Amino acid sequence: MTRTHDTTTSAKFTALCILFCFLFCTSTQAQEIVVGSKKFTESVVLGEVLSHIGRSVNASVTYRRELGGTRVLWNALIAGDIDLYPDYTGTLSREILAGENLNDEADIRARLAKMGLVMSQPLGFNNTYVLGMLETRAEALGIRTISDLKRHPDLKLGFGNEFMDRGDGWPSLQNRYALPHQNVSGLDHDLAYRGLESGTIDVMDMYSTDAEIQYYGLRSLVDDLQHFPIYNAVIVYRVELIDRAPQVVREILKLEGLISEKKMMAMNAQVKLEKKPEAQVAANFLAQNLNVQVKIKTETAGGRFWRHTWDHLTLVGISLFGAIVVSIPLGIVAFRWVRGGQIILGLVGIIQTIPSLALLVFMIPLLGIGGAPAIVALFLYSLLPIVRNTYAGLHDISVGIRESAAALGLSDWAQLRLVTLPMASRSILAGIKTSAVINVGTATLGALIGAGGYGQPILTGIRLDDIGLILQGAIPAALLALIAQGLFELFERVFVSRGLRLKGEINA
Amino acid sequence: MFEVTGVSKTFGDLQALREVDLSVQAKQTTVLIGPSGCGKSTLIRLMVGLVWPDEGTVTYEGQILTPANVLSLRQKMGYVIQEGGLFPHLTARKNVALMANYLGWTEDRVDSRIETLATLTHFPADGLERFPGELSGGQRQRVGLMRALMLDPDVLLLDEPLGALDPMIRADLQSDLRSIFQTLGKTVVMVTHDMGEAGFFGDQIVLMREGEIVQIGSLKNLMQNPAHQFVTQFIHAQRSPLESMAPGEIAK
Repeated sequence: MTRTHDTTTSAKFTALCILFCFLFCTSTQAQEIVVGSKKFTESVVLGEVLSHIGRSVNASVTYRRELGGTRVLWNALIAGDIDLYPDYTGTLSREILAGENLNDEADIRARLAKMGLVMSQPLGFNNTYVLGMLETRAEALGIRTISDLKRHPDLKLGFGNEFMDRGDGWPSLQNRYALPHQNVSGLDHDLAYRGLESGTIDVMDMYSTDAEIQYYGLRSLVDDLQHFPIYNAVIVYRVELIDRAPQVVREILKLEGLISEKKMMAMNAQVKLEKKPEAQVAANFLAQNLNVQVKIKTETAGGRFWRHTWDHLTLVGISLFGAIVVSIPLGIVAFRWVRGGQIILGLVGIIQTIPSLALLVFMIPLLGIGGAPAIVALFLYSLLPIVRNTYAGLHDISVGIRESAAALGLSDWAQLRLVTLPMASRSILAGIKTSAVINVGTATLGALIGAGGYGQPILTGIRLDDIGLILQGAIPAALLALIAQGLFELFERVFVSRGLRLKGEINA
Repeated sequence: MFEVTGVSKTFGDLQALREVDLSVQAKQTTVLIGPSGCGKSTLIRLMVGLVWPDEGTVTYEGQILTPANVLSLRQKMGYVIQEGGLFPHLTARKNVALMANYLGWTEDRVDSRIETLATLTHFPADGLERFPGELSGGQRQRVGLMRALMLDPDVLLLDEPLGALDPMIRADLQSDLRSIFQTLGKTVVMVTHDMGEAGFFGDQIVLMREGEIVQIGSLKNLMQNPAHQFVTQFIHAQRSPLESMAPGEIAK
């Protein structure tokens, strides 16, 4: 008996070893890389180029596209959540490592090496910032250089949100040229072109390789004081990638010096103006320039919709469930423990005041990018309405009712379970309903840190100025919020005692 | 039954009770009465352990009431407040059965006990499935009484049980209550502010003022041998409607 048992156990063990070895061996054989890109078209296209190259040498590639800003990418790279992404020398020296006096590429390279990072040679184009105006408007006002703007202090300036805050952005530009303008607003870069066209703003920041410069017939103002640094496009990657995926690195470095300004502008134009998918544009580029042939997996519209839906439901489902499980006990504790209660209510209140984007970015050093940090952020946001409504529901029960329950001889726990919690159920459910609706809406921001969901088509739609795409995210998100609300109302009908919904309800 | 010995209680700045001594006799009805804020409600809540004395003790059948024994002792007491204190999310039947179900009584035992109590309290059988919000004030009070009597306690503690009712229903319930007390032979402690009601129920009336007991005795005793001018004042402060009429008018 024992022998047989031993034999089966050891057989199982061997099988397990083989399985593990198999998993382990395959995972080391395939080179795994994670590519990142920022949420503007050029970065997304370059990210596709990198991903295609990786796949062409049979690496297993995860592409985290359209992450919400330089900091998100940088933190993810440092944390090892991504292995490589395209950036610009000017951004590295003036923004990410601002204040460290990095004057040339050698300085940057040396500084990055200390952090375990490697910067490629320039890819071949300089995508610097320029200020742009409508040609007709600039001509009428006689503006050719940035210095000329000083003579027109009433012009309305609209800058991308990142440009507003960057070390080399608006504050230092204003300083350098002593620009007197008061009417300066921050807005999404991709929306700014629309603003320029409609006359809402007169001057905006542009990337010198933006396809829209030609499309809208814009005048680039001459940087006569040479304020903007050179923004040579480069690839930044983690040093261990050289050992882990040597073939990928070798192939990717073939891009050095390969992408001229003209080629990059053409690719940007194909995506933004001709509405071609980034993956296709990147594949064409590789076929023409490196003779690399890649097959593009095209996803059907339906498939994409279900992926976004699944991602969104996962974000909302897990975070809301977690919030319910934690908030109701927190609300009970807040009610029972008078002094601590105020602390609990205060804390969850403070969490609610943190801007959602900031909270998402705070999560990256702790949890990386993708679904996990988004779920935690959404969980934190969902706490307040439930905690507060649990507290209020219990608090509103009259002393008489509470004393009657106690006087029956019920234990504290039984009073809670049989009397006070059921009486507070309506208020608690209302809190959950509020949380669910807020959660569904806020989850669209998850796309900024690579969590997917309905925010993804919204983000891409804004970038590509494609209303249809925006609606593909916005409408399902709104519907989902309505469905969530409806579900909880149904739930209330079934689970909340009819006695609590009576019109002439005796004073609870 | 109850021995209250040297009990003082303050709520913040308010001295609710000041060294109160009281002995409640078994199978008698003791009525606590006095003006608002005299401490009568605090005294009855002390007996069921809803508030605890700052000084002194409350003893129930020889046991000092403590947080440790209060849960089991409460099962031997029935407590009813104004309006009945019913749980709005439960039907009348479930309100009454709550504690018995909690203690694991069989369904048959619960049902037959509720039937007995409904008959005793003159509560209509079809009202048992209604929620408190669907019952009249008097009916709610009867349900509250049934709930208090469910475990057949030795003591009934009633805090202004009839306070919120209109006069006709109140008179009805008063007679019903008195006959129930007489039938069951339980120890009853009742709080009221109405001298007529106190006289109607009370074997022993405890008149209180500003946290102290002024006099204990029967209504007759209080009227004939007032311990203090306040006793006479309090009794006479409550008018009979008949007083406002000329003596001759009533006969007509």
